[in-house]
Amino acid sequence: MSTAIYERIRNNPKFDELVAKRSRFAWMLTAIVLGIYFIFIMIVAFNPKVLATPIFAGGTASIAWPIGAGMILLFWLMTGLYVRRANSEFDDINSEIVKGAIE
Amino acid sequence: MNRGMLKFAAIALAMSWMGLALAAPDVGTAEKQSLNIHAIVMFFIFVLMTLGITYWAAKRTKTASDYYSAGGGITGTQNGLAIAGDYMSAATLLGLTSLTYFQGFDGYIYCICFYVGWPFIMFIMAERLRNLGKFTFADITSYRLDQRQVRTVAAIGSLTVVVFYLIAQMVGAGQLIKLLFGLDYWIAVVIVGVLMVVYVTFGGMIATTWVQIIKACLLLGGGTLVMLLAFSQFGFSFETLATKAVENSKKGIALMGPGSLLADPVTAVSLSLGLMFGTAGLPHILMRFFTVPNAKEARKSVFIATLCVGFFFTVVAIMGLAAVTIVGTNPQYFEGGQLGGKLLGGNNMPAMHLAHAVGGNMMLGFLSAVAFATILAVVSGLALAGASAISHDLYANVIRRGQATEAEEVRVSKRSSLFLGVLAVLLGIAFEKQNVAFMVGLAFGVAASCNFPVLILSMYWKGLTTRGAIWGSITGLVSAVLIVVLSKAVWVVVLGNEKPLFPYEQPAIFSMPIAFFFAWLGSVTDSSVRAAKEKEAFEDQYVRAQTGFGSAGAVAH
Repeated sequence: MSTAIYERIRNNPKFDELVAKRSRFAWMLTAIVLGIYFIFIMIVAFNPKVLATPIFAGGTASIAWPIGAGMILLFWLMTGLYVRRANSEFDDINSEIVKGAIE
Repeated sequence: MNRGMLKFAAIALAMSWMGLALAAPDVGTAEKQSLNIHAIVMFFIFVLMTLGITYWAAKRTKTASDYYSAGGGITGTQNGLAIAGDYMSAATLLGLTSLTYFQGFDGYIYCICFYVGWPFIMFIMAERLRNLGKFTFADITSYRLDQRQVRTVAAIGSLTVVVFYLIAQMVGAGQLIKLLFGLDYWIAVVIVGVLMVVYVTFGGMIATTWVQIIKACLLLGGGTLVMLLAFSQFGFSFETLATKAVENSKKGIALMGPGSLLADPVTAVSLSLGLMFGTAGLPHILMRFFTVPNAKEARKSVFIATLCVGFFFTVVAIMGLAAVTIVGTNPQYFEGGQLGGKLLGGNNMPAMHLAHAVGGNMMLGFLSAVAFATILAVVSGLALAGASAISHDLYANVIRRGQATEAEEVRVSKRSSLFLGVLAVLLGIAFEKQNVAFMVGLAFGVAASCNFPVLILSMYWKGLTTRGAIWGSITGLVSAVLIVVLSKAVWVVVLGNEKPLFPYEQPAIFSMPIAFFFAWLGSVTDSSVRAAKEKEAFEDQYVRAQTGFGSAGAVAH
């Protein structure tokens, strides 16, 4: 319907800038999440004993639990980081590009 | 049409409540729990409240967009709660508590696997989903591909996931309600089926969303309360909690580390892949992205959903550990009062017994009502997703080639939800005695192998053509189903054969690469004129995916 406008958006150098910035940020966060997660799964699969280490020497509670909870917390904070940047910085560039293309 | 359905619903509801009254005398027989008045009263309040909302929503549901996507008028926070509601089923509350109770840290590993799909959805999918989609995820996969073919396979994928998931939920609902409320199995299944059809048919996405939001709040609130009451008995010290649990569990110190459940690396990786990418391919979850006005709100909703899901999983894990001591040392929760014997009501009951132990009948009643409400909300979301696949994809775009009016489409959708409701009840009754534990895994496996690969490729890979999408979907679907059928869970446990034909129960590590490979192969060998056009059309799609320009609802606001 609006191929002409899409064309104009695509030719705007700011569009490339937006895509590059946002993709880099999103993929970086994804790589961190997947990396940590698969390291964790690999430890579970190949060296589970490590995770059973007590938190305090001589204690019972193992480091596995805080590591798990820490992962959950960390990943959530990372989604927060993404929302903060995407909903302000990236969306500002975005609306600028769209406005420029319609006018 | 509407009036006829209202009448049907009223009659069916009346019948089920009559059945309830009739069933009352034979309570107290062996397996069934005595009639739980607290639970029934609280559940009744929930039902009245949600029916009120459905009435309110029905008046606001005028267009197809209202019906399928609440007119894009849900805020990010509301949608976040609703997504979490869709995702946290009764199986989460009961199953994962039980898993932690019996297996310790393995239960938490499951939680983490279930959870990690969310950050992924946030970074890679949320904004593109919102920017490209309208009512169903097939809107995205068929965006630049052949509408009829791609929507057909997408609808098959959606319906397969929906039906497997529905069966698991229905059977779970029947068993649970029989146990907790003291009602007959079939009555429970009929009540769930009728209410689900009422919510979806009359209230569409608006009602389904609010049912989901209320349920999410109840579940989070109820779970947290039980967890805090239980944790307080250990002085809120995790070390004390762990020490006691290790003392009182048959497994002892093995509770503290990964155990037998994921001992084999192939299963561990396959399970984690299936849960992670399955989440990103569940049709009822994907649909929720179209209920918010723009990508900004879509991101916010994933942020909220991630928080709720992560928090709840942690609550559930603590509940499981606390139950080891609180429930596991109290003979009243074991059959015949035999400590360490069979748990009353079966292995899924630690959460419920824990609620009773820390808060008496009132708390047990409340948590039971919450569990029932949870099932109800999840099946409603599923039914709406299934009905949309039939009406929006199959009927409007495949059979009528996009020529159906909005009114016709919505009418078909309402009939489809009625059909799905009847089907769910019948299947629920048919599978009563079956072990359906594998069905949720199967639903996730199909979602991860049939829906997800084509969805992600259609958004990210210019080269995907119609033929590739079809090949990918079908091979993913067939391989996932085949692997589960030939594995121990079905071949041995359900079909009664001696040895499984396939050694692994989790399909994702095999079926996902198969789906991706065939999607790629089908695309790169496709040198048709149509394929060239489809690749060309990626450019416009790409701009829309990135900027949201031209996306449904975004311009009008």
